[in-house]
This record gives sequence, C-alpha cells and structure tokens, in this order.
Amino acid sequence: MDHTLLNWIIFIPMMGMAAILLCPKRSVGLIKVISLVATFIPLVLATWLYFVGFEVGSPAYQFQFMRPWIYSSSEAMNMKVNYHVGVDGISLPLVWLTTLLLFIGVPASFGIKKGEKAYYALLLLLEVGIIGVFVSLDYFLFYVFWEIMLLPMYFLIGIWGGPRREYAAIKFFLYTLAGSVLMLVAVIALRLETGTFSIPAMTEIAMRGDLLGTKLFAGGMLLGMKFTTWVFWFLFVAFAIKIPVFPFHTWLPDAHVQAPTPISVILAGILLKLGGYGLMRACFPIVPGAFDDFAFTLGVLGVISIVYGAYVALGQTDFKRMVAYSSVSHMGYVLLGVAALTEWGANGAALQMFNHGTSSAAMFLVVGVIYDRAHHRDLNGFGGLSQPMPVYWGLTTLAFFAALGLPGLAGFVSEAVTLIGAYNAGDPRFRVLVLISVIGIVITAAFLLWAIQRVFLGTLNEKYKDYPDINAREIFCQAPLLFLCVALGILPFYLLDWMEGSVEHWVSSMSQAIQIING
Amino acid sequence: MDLTFNPETDFKWLLAVPLIPLCGYVIQIFFGRFLPRKGDWLLTTGMAVTMAITVWMAFKAIAATQGGEGFFHESLDSDFGFRWLYATEKGATDPLNVTAGILYDGLGAAMLAVVGIVSFFVHLFSTGYMHGDRRYHIFFANISLFTVAMLGLVLSDNILFLFVFWEIMGLMSYLLIGHFSHDPNSHRIKQAAAACKKAFLTTRVGDTCLLVGIMIFYYHFQTFRFTELWEAAQTTVAANGGEYPAWMTAAGLLVFGGTVGKSAQFPLHIWLPDAMEGPTPVSAMIHAATMVAAGVFLLGRTYPLMSPTVLNVVTCFGTVTALFAATIGMTVFDIKGVLAYSTISQLGFMVAGIGTGGLGLIAGLFHMVTHAFFKSCLFLSAGSVIHGCHHEQDMRKMGGLRKKMPLTFLAMLICTLAIAGVPLFAGFYSKDKIIQSAFMKMTHGGLLDGVGLFAYAGLLIAAAMTAFYMFRLIFMTFFGEARDHHVHDHAHESPAPMVVSLLVLATLGMFGGKMWLRDFDLMGAKGTWFEGLTSEIDDGHHGHGSEHEGSVGEAFSIDRMYPGIAITEMNTYVGDSAEHFQESLHAGHTWAMRGSLAVALGGILLAVFIYLLKKADPAKIAAAFGEMYTTVANKYYVDEFVNATVIKLQMVLARTFKWIDENIVDGVVNGTGKINRAFGFMWAWFDSTVVDGVVNGVGAVTNMTGSLVRLFQTGRIQQYASLAFGGLLLLFAWLFLA
Repeated sequence: MDHTLLNWIIFIPMMGMAAILLCPKRSVGLIKVISLVATFIPLVLATWLYFVGFEVGSPAYQFQFMRPWIYSSSEAMNMKVNYHVGVDGISLPLVWLTTLLLFIGVPASFGIKKGEKAYYALLLLLEVGIIGVFVSLDYFLFYVFWEIMLLPMYFLIGIWGGPRREYAAIKFFLYTLAGSVLMLVAVIALRLETGTFSIPAMTEIAMRGDLLGTKLFAGGMLLGMKFTTWVFWFLFVAFAIKIPVFPFHTWLPDAHVQAPTPISVILAGILLKLGGYGLMRACFPIVPGAFDDFAFTLGVLGVISIVYGAYVALGQTDFKRMVAYSSVSHMGYVLLGVAALTEWGANGAALQMFNHGTSSAAMFLVVGVIYDRAHHRDLNGFGGLSQPMPVYWGLTTLAFFAALGLPGLAGFVSEAVTLIGAYNAGDPRFRVLVLISVIGIVITAAFLLWAIQRVFLGTLNEKYKDYPDINAREIFCQAPLLFLCVALGILPFYLLDWMEGSVEHWVSSMSQAIQIING
Repeated sequence: MDLTFNPETDFKWLLAVPLIPLCGYVIQIFFGRFLPRKGDWLLTTGMAVTMAITVWMAFKAIAATQGGEGFFHESLDSDFGFRWLYATEKGATDPLNVTAGILYDGLGAAMLAVVGIVSFFVHLFSTGYMHGDRRYHIFFANISLFTVAMLGLVLSDNILFLFVFWEIMGLMSYLLIGHFSHDPNSHRIKQAAAACKKAFLTTRVGDTCLLVGIMIFYYHFQTFRFTELWEAAQTTVAANGGEYPAWMTAAGLLVFGGTVGKSAQFPLHIWLPDAMEGPTPVSAMIHAATMVAAGVFLLGRTYPLMSPTVLNVVTCFGTVTALFAATIGMTVFDIKGVLAYSTISQLGFMVAGIGTGGLGLIAGLFHMVTHAFFKSCLFLSAGSVIHGCHHEQDMRKMGGLRKKMPLTFLAMLICTLAIAGVPLFAGFYSKDKIIQSAFMKMTHGGLLDGVGLFAYAGLLIAAAMTAFYMFRLIFMTFFGEARDHHVHDHAHESPAPMVVSLLVLATLGMFGGKMWLRDFDLMGAKGTWFEGLTSEIDDGHHGHGSEHEGSVGEAFSIDRMYPGIAITEMNTYVGDSAEHFQESLHAGHTWAMRGSLAVALGGILLAVFIYLLKKADPAKIAAAFGEMYTTVANKYYVDEFVNATVIKLQMVLARTFKWIDENIVDGVVNGTGKINRAFGFMWAWFDSTVVDGVVNGVGAVTNMTGSLVRLFQTGRIQQYASLAFGGLLLLFAWLFLA
C-alpha cells in the first residue's frame, strides 16, 4: 500500500526549488543545472513508473500513499484530511507528460535573461502543484495543490511576460481564482454532506446514489434546485475555466500571448488538461445524476468550443493568438468525448488530452522560435521563411499537421476516436453534434495551412533572409514532442492500453450509477 | 515459377511493398543530402524492388483467375494483422479495437502493380527532370512517401486505414504541389504556395464527408473491415425487404463525397488544375496512379454499400464532370492544363461507369488502370516537352517539335490514341465498356432510363471532345511550323532515363488494356485480364469465362470482387430476365462499339481539319461561340464562384466570431472586471469618506474636546484650587436657588 515513489516525483522539484533559493543570484549556470536535474529525475521516475511499475490494464489506483495530515480531535469538527496520492490509467499519462514538458521547459527557458533565480524556482514550484493535482486522491489536498499551481503561474506571466503581462496575469489569476472559489464551496459542502474529503470515498457514496444533500438541505433542494445540481455546476465551471470551454475561454489567448514561450508551452500542454482531468476525476463521478441531466448541454458546449474556436483562430493575425484559439477548439473534443459517456468517447477524450499536450506544446515552441528572432508575431509580416530556415519549416509543418489531425499522427487518433465515440452515444442528439463539429476539422486545416503559407511559403521577406535556422537547443526541445506525435499516431496502444482499464471502469461505473439514480 | 498465392510468405512480401519506400523515405529525409547524388539512386532502386514485388504478385492473381479460380485473400484469416488501438491480449477480441490487415484481391493486385510501375518510372524520370533542383533530395523523399500512402491505401483491409493513407496522401500532395513554393528561383512561387493549400483544403472538404460516412457505417455495423461491412450491408438490406434503408443512402453519399474531393469530381475539381504548379513528375503521379485514383478505388471497395439512389447520383456526377471538363479542355493552351482537364474528364468516365453498376463497375475500375498508364506517360511526355523547351508550357509557342523530339512524340502519340479510345490502344477496351454499361443502363428493363440516357449521350459527347482536344494538343505541339523560334531552336530530346520511362509507359498505354498480339482479339470480345481478375462470366456449362467464345456469357457476376455478397440491387442487370440481359449485353456491345468508334474518329478528324490541315481558324470558331466560349475558357467561373461564396462566407464567419469574441464574450469578462472595479472605487470612497469619516469624526471630536480640556490642564495648584472653589460655589448656588 505504501509507495513513496509519487512523493519523490512531487517533491524532488520542491527540493530543487529550495536548492535554487539557496544559490547566489549570480550563479545562473548553477541554477540552470539544478533545474535540469530537478526536472529530469521526476521524468526518469515517471518513465519507470509508466513502463515498469504500473500494472497495465488494471482500473485500480496504484502506487497509493496515505498519511493522516490535518486531524482535528474535536468531535464537532471531525476534520480528517489525509495526504493521499495515487495514480490510475487516466492520471498516469498526464503525470508523465507533466514531467516531460517541465523538463523541456527548462532548456526552452534559457533565453530568459532576467531574474533567473526566481524564475526557475517558480517553475519548479509549478511542477509540484501540477503533479500534486494529478495524483491527489483527497479533495482537500487536491484543492491545496490546485492553488499552489496558480501562484507561480501568476508571477511567471506577470513578471516575465510580454508588454501587457500585468493585465494578462491578473485576468488569468482572477478568472482561475473565481473558479477555485466555486470549487472550494462545493468541496466544503461535499465534506459536510459525506463526512469525508477522500475522492474515492465520495465517488463510492455518489455511485451508490447516496449523495443527495439531504443532510444539509431539506429534501436535498436549495433554491428550487437539487443539491447535486449546484455541486455539479460549481465544479463544472471551476474546471471548465481551466479547459477552457466556451464562454470561459477569453483568459487563455491573453495569457498565452503575454506569457514567455516555455510558460505558454506548459500552459497549453498541461494546465489545460487539469480542467479535463478534474471533470473526469473530481466532478462527474461525484455527481453522476446531474451529469446525466446535463450531458447534452456539455456536448453542445464542447461543439461550440470546437467550431467557434476554429473560426476565431481563422480570423487572427497574431501567430500566438491563433495557436491559443486552436487550443480552445481542440480541447472542445475532450468535453464532447466525455459527455458522450461511451468507452470510445472517454478514451478519445483522455487521449486527446495527452495528444493536444504534445502538439500544442510543439506549436507554441514553433511560435517561440520565430518570436525570438523577429520580435513580432504578425502572421502577415513574414513570408518565405522556409528558404532561410528549411528545418524549422519542416518541424513546423509536422507540428501543424499533427494538430490538424492528420491520420498517421497522434491528433487523428484522438479526434477520430472521440467523434466516433460521440456518434455512438446513447443520446441520438449527439449525432447532430458530431455532424456540426466536423466543420471544425476543415476550418482547423484552413487556418493552420494559411498560417504556413503566410509565414513560410512564397516570396521571401528580405528583412529575414539572414535568419539562422532553428538551433540545436530548440530542436532538442521540439524533438521529443514531435516524436510523440508521430509515434502515438502509429502506435496509439502505448497510451490506450494504459488508459483502457481505468476508462472502461469509469464509463461502466458512471453508467451504472446513472441507472441507480434514475431508478 | 510457382504462381500460387501462399498466405504464409506472400503477405510478408506484400507488407514489404510499402515498407521498402517508407524506409527509403526515413533514410532520405535525414541523410539524403549527404548521400552521393543526393540519394536518388537509393529511392529509385527501392522502388524498383517494390515494383518487382507488385508485378510478381499481380501475376499470381492473374494466373489464379485465368485458371478459373477466384482470387481473394485477407491476411487476418491467417492471423497476420496489426492491433492498432489496443495491443494487449484483450485487444485481440475487443470489438472496440481496430485490427488492420492486408486485403489482396484482383482489384488490389491490379492497382498495386499499377502504382508500383508508374511510381518507379516517375522516380526514374525525375532523376533526369528534377536534376539540379534546389530541394532535390526532399523531392525524392516526398514522392516516395506519396507512393507509400497509395500502396498502403490499396492494401488496407478496412476503411479506417484506407482513410489514414488517404489523408497521408493528401499531406504528400500538399508538400509536392508546393515544391516550388520554397524555391526563390521559381517565378511561380506564390501560385505554388496557394495551389498546395487549395489542394489540401478542397480535398479535405471531401475527406471530412468521407469520415462522417465512415462513422455512420461504423455506428450501424460496428466494424471498419470491408468484408464485414459488405456482409452487414447484405444482411441489413435483406432484413429491410431488399431495400436499402435511408441512412445507407445518406452514408453512401457521404462516402462518395470523399471521391468527389480526391477524384476531382465537379464541384470539388477546382484543386486539380491548380495542382499543375507542382513539378511535372508529381502531376504524373497525382493524375495517374495516386490521389485521383484513390477516389475511384474507394468506390470499388465500398460498392456493395451503395444504394441504387447513390449509384444514380454517382453516375450523374461522373457524366457532368466528364462533359464539363472536356469542354474546358478544348479551350486551354497550357500543355499541362489540357492534360489536367482531360484527367478530370476521364475521372468522370470512371465514376459514371461505376455508377451504372455491374459491368460498368468493372469497366470504371479498368479505366482507372489503363488511364494510369497512358496519363502518366502523357504527363511525363509533356514534362519532356517542357524540359526540352526550357520550361515553356504554352502550346501556342510550340509547334514542329516532332523532328526535334521524335521519341517523346512517339510516346505521346501512342498515349493520345489510347485516351481517344482508338481500338488496339489500352483506353479503348475500358472506355468502350463504360459506354456499353451506360447503354445497358439506359435500356435496362425494357424502359428508357433517364440517368442511363444522360450517361450514354453525355459520355459519347465527352469522348468525341476528348479525341478532339487531345489531337489538338498533338498537332499544336509537334506538327506545323515552329511558332516561336527561340523555343524551337533550343528544343532537344530529353536524357535517357526520361525517354526510357516514356517508352515503357507508352508500351503499357498500348498493351496495358489487352495483349492483343497474343490472341488477335482486337475488339476485346473475349474479355481482358482485368475483367478476369474482378468478374466472372459464366456461360452456364463449364468453367469460367474470360477465354470462352461468344463475347460475354449468360450470367455476369462480380463475385470475385465481393465473394459471397449478392445484394439484388447491387447488380443492375439482375432484375432482367436472362434473355433480356443477353440481348441488352449484345445490343450494348454493338452500340457502344459503334458509338465510341464514331465519336473517336469524328473528334480526331475535326482536329485534323482545324489544326493539321488548317482549313478553319480556331480563333474565328471561338469568336463565333462568343460568350459561351468565354465562359468555358474561364472554366465556367467555378473558382470565382467558390471564392465569392464559400471562402468569403468562411472569412466573414471568422471575422464575425472574432469580433464577438473580443467584444461580447471577452467584453463580458472585462465588463465584469470593470463593474467590480467601479464597485471597488465606490466602496473605497464610501470607506474613506463615510466609514472612515465617522472614525475620523470621532477622532476629531475627541481631539477637539482634548484641546479644549487641555486649556485647563495647566499644572498650577492655585488655578486648580480656584477652579475647585469656583465649582463648589456654583454647586451651592444651584442647590440653594433650586
């Protein structure tokens, strides 16, 4: 029962942070080395966990570790918070992706030339928070890590960002904070109702159909709405902001555009996944009845995100904003797939979270390369860059085609599996949703190819004819992501086999719970 | 040599077919530029091996079918497959898994060999044609992967993997059409950049339809595998009283949407003429063995899923495309442009043929094969002409080249005769059968079928135009006076690898349809190798058909393509009585033959009259048609229409949504922020004035009192004493006075 491995993965970055804080400010080289080591060790550990430690196909939480944390002795309070962590097939790939992207984030940050000490310290703290959220099995702990992650992100955007960084950072912070306040209220209510903070325990109670809110409110009703519905919407909005789902998405383009490249990479690559993961782990299974009531609404929101996000991206002239909106579009698949409540849909959603993590991160790296050279991101201000930078063009094309869901690359597997899963949903209205969402496929191709045409093809803009091609460090950051895009497109079972047990269990227990609740 | 198909070993050989060029691609993309000659020999050799395997395997198929057996092999039957989504043991049985295998049947064998052959000669040709190109090694890598995609598509045994390769081909066509968009020396760099995007996006519209079609079929049948889909379709139709349910019609139309995009059917044909921006060998690939053939091949694979309604739609689209593109072909002056529109037109023939069903299906697919031979040759010849004329493409500046480039002329002439449908040349045997099938559809059941009539008449007219514009090309390019002496003086025959490729492909354009030298069956009455591979003609007595006397037998079946599948509607002729079928078959044979010979001859003579003998001035004829000519010469303004409607609509939507996002959705967010900030200021004012006012007020009062009282706090005893005394006096006074 007691595995300490996850603790190491969480806290090695924290030790790294402590070490950095002890370093003198001027020894930047040392700070970078510490950061590399402190992100590389978790990557190695997570890789071991993925390929060796983890029992593939089992739906259970593995590598659990539990210790009492905050226990109040008073009878009235009975506050039992455990430090309880564990991974299953849904969280493990995301944990691994986190360790990878943070490791890539360090060399990708070498271009940053101010306040390195604080920067790398915050970066490592961010990793602690993200991995903590993915592995927490206690809602209180989950919330604590959720907030830990918020803080470094705020400073990383607000201090090292672009010209409008303060606006973006505050918008990001307040928006997410508004979400977490809703989450906090819901968590407290759930604690009072169920008497536990443990996510598995809450889920079990809910799945039995015993979570009704009758302890707190007469008949489980509050202001004419079911208690579970309140909880559902509070939690949903908290996570939907993070995904982000239309109409909660407008913090994203601002945050992305202002954030420095590595932070954008981490933001798009992992932070957005926290929303999708949160829905699957800490929202839907706790209120399956309400989920069933609103599944179609969720699907609609997902499809709006897909189509609307793609169109808005098509209308952009800022390279990075365009990529940011493509994230809105792509993350819509996650919601659509989960809402369908079919095995393919859920598998596709889980897969899409991972695959979007690699392809969008790669795209942000692409934008970073050109921004570092030209110091602007106007799509119409380039032209013919493939002539001085052919390798860069090649990598960009690969990243873009992975993002537009070209078969043979990873994005296709998740999009196709999600759409087929959604088409097979019990609710026939989902078929209409799928038919609408495919518009997004065409429009996504349109804006990505148009961007390639404007930036790379055609007549060379004389200003840029002496630009050096992408350098070794940039390739080093890009290569693992693109490798994953290709490899997982051909061999998707390297993810699906791992996820399948948990996802299957997730879908079947949700369906069962819905049946119980609906009688 | 043993020519029996051995599943144990032969599926491994077939797997090697796409793997060899794939390995070549990987090596080339990373190390190509360091290799001697930039690696062209590596990929060309690899492709030669691939070609050898595909041809060897195709001979096995031909040997089997000519021996009267069927030829249909699935690798999953011998447990040779790839578990795609789940690799675990559970994955083997999981219905949600996608297990990909190889399907190798007569159609696949023919197509695979065609792709292998054409691709090899395109590689060989390119070693000469692309010499000195700035991105020579990348070109070879890409064209190899392009071939891999097509080979994989042909070998796929399930529609999802077909789609995967279908799209990879889309990517490679994007990269190849855009080849010159990276070249600063190219004067059409911008057009190339626009053309590649257009090709990908236009076909992607069709591809998305196809994906949805696949999803609908999966939803109902829970499988992607072709054989299981056919069976399920048969069962469903049978359970539905022999009628196709409406959803199958819808899904079938969506799948056909994929063909409309990839095979450049009206109205999604617009990408194909623009695709001429790619290097000429790429055009040869796209127009012959890959890309456009994929759409037709898809129809062959999904034919049993198509309801009669879908097939009628298919016929109409095909006929419209054939006619429409042929009219444009007569007005184009760019040598590659003529060929581009002729491809669209010929694709219309194939699609229309498949739509007429039964015999037409075989004929349409056969036309895809023969067309691949002569069209690749025509393109490469055009490439040779362009190469010889130093990248001049306008036919008006050519002329009299036959003496300068005799071998190119010979190859091009043979293939022009083939595409015009002259007997003895490959195109005749397939095109004639398409027209025959259209005739049979027209007279089917003793009634005049409207769609059949349209197809029969339309295709004959298109065939006449084909003969005309192809000979126009020949005469303008190779005959007459040299119109531009600069071009003419510098013209020269192309280097050996190019000429060899041309001549081999021209030979196939001659004998690829029927090896008539062997049996001197000049009119193809005894059937051809391709018909043997895919269909069976049973004379009711013994053995199987193709080599039997009496042209076609009593019963015609396409059982070899779809073993065990017999949906009544699937075969257009089944409704007929045996006598009527026989009658219709003979009548169709006669009338198609007469018709196609007449139109081919007519078209050629007209071209001779105008362009060789110069008895009429084409400019005057064009002027006589006035507006009509202008419309056709401007490609019926389809591009302009699409730009003004579809594309414009998308951009308007994009801008609208962007505006909404910035002003409404984000407006609400920022508005909330502003309102809250206003509230903040208000409370701050309240706080600093009212709340703090009270506090400060209290302070001020206290202060004032303090200052007042301080006046008394002097510290002098006498003053205190006098005050105390005074106070005492006042107290007494009050007490007494009250």
